[in-house]
Amino acid sequence: MNPRWWLVPFTLIVALMLVMMPLPEGTEPFRPDWVTLVVLYWAIAVPQRFGLTIAWFSGLLVDVAQGALLGQHALGIVLVCAIAIHEHQRLRVCPVAQQAIIITALLLVKQALMLWISGMVGRAPDNIWLYFASPLMTLIFWPVVFALLRDLRRRYQMA
Amino acid sequence: MQPLFQQGTGPSARVAFFIVLSISLMVWDQRAQHLEAVRGFLTGAIAPLQYAVNVPAELLGWTSQRVMSRGDLIGEVNELQRENLRLRARQQKFETLQSENDRLRELLDSSSKRDERVLVAELLSVDLDPYRQQVVLNHGTRDGVYRGQPVIDAYGVMGQIIHTGPFTATALLISDPNHALPVQINRNGLRTIASGTGEPDSLELLYIPNNADVRVGDFVVTSGLGGRFPPNYPVATVVHVERRPGQPFARVIAEPKAQLDRSREVLLVWPDNGEPAAAEQDAGRAAGADDTGESAGSASGTRQETPR
Repeated sequence: MNPRWWLVPFTLIVALMLVMMPLPEGTEPFRPDWVTLVVLYWAIAVPQRFGLTIAWFSGLLVDVAQGALLGQHALGIVLVCAIAIHEHQRLRVCPVAQQAIIITALLLVKQALMLWISGMVGRAPDNIWLYFASPLMTLIFWPVVFALLRDLRRRYQMA
Repeated sequence: MQPLFQQGTGPSARVAFFIVLSISLMVWDQRAQHLEAVRGFLTGAIAPLQYAVNVPAELLGWTSQRVMSRGDLIGEVNELQRENLRLRARQQKFETLQSENDRLRELLDSSSKRDERVLVAELLSVDLDPYRQQVVLNHGTRDGVYRGQPVIDAYGVMGQIIHTGPFTATALLISDPNHALPVQINRNGLRTIASGTGEPDSLELLYIPNNADVRVGDFVVTSGLGGRFPPNYPVATVVHVERRPGQPFARVIAEPKAQLDRSREVLLVWPDNGEPAAAEQDAGRAAGADDTGESAGSASGTRQETPR
């Protein structure tokens, strides 16, 4: 058991709070998908310690926090997390900019899945194009998340 | 170190397991209500986070209250005193009318209506899905809040509770595209349905024939037909009527009375909808929670806003 076990839950809780944090009117669609970003970082950095179970539970909490269908974000996060764990060795050696592009692509796929599910239950948003603004913010925020979590991980010497 | 050979279930089997789990959860959540308990439990788990996220907004409000100038405060107190006087005057008239109404009802031998109970709740500054119109309130099942409960503000109907946790509850606003509210035009009793459009300042009144008597400025109140909202609460004012000869129904747009995107404080209502057992139970629970000094009079006061 790693003595720094609290680091992953702690970062996930902070991410969940960022998801609920009120933003100024009009900027909500541009909020990055913090929880998925943090999940993806841990999936790439410590795949042997970070599994689908934690990813799924974080997704479930996002569902509750957002008032979405139970399981909607959980499904999306588990899917992108599984891909990231499968490809973690390739992703790890990429430069951060390239990682950002790949992660953005993953999140675009996830957002499309979310849109599809919302549409099936009759909750599709009016402005579909704005819906994809959030994954595109990953291009800017992935390097930030990456640098921050890498420093944390090194400071607390987690795996 | 990562083991060279995978043990136990393979990764693809686990992914498949979680996919199936998520999909069955979604189907279950969409089709049945059993998962509300699970959602309630998880809502209770994240409630501390919601309150923590709310702290900066709370602090901001507190600070701005502290640094308010004396002149502003005096002005506000004067304004409130005038408002109080006005409301008291109206309340006197209302009480006379109420007793007269009770007497007439007794003469008619019809069941007299009890007043609704209310509880003041505050909105938490917590963001939800930006594509749906929802708000989080700072009261939950511990205060007797239940699913489907009406939420109003000082000006009109705001929405209804859709999810409850122990300490918080989520309300769907009437402006959400998935929300429909049975209403009637106050002037002539024409019944219709007010459906949200996704914009906080417009509702659409559905199924109004082209030749129906609807005018701009008409006042729309709840009809109480759905059994969920008490009747005669103000909902909206008609702002646009478009009669379309080629279509079976006219397009009628109304503006909500409630300040859907501005209110910080709302009222939770325990309606008296003629179901003795349920009402009794709700009232009992409400009475326990009703320590905010709110009496039934406030609900009636709001109802009194309805112009005759």
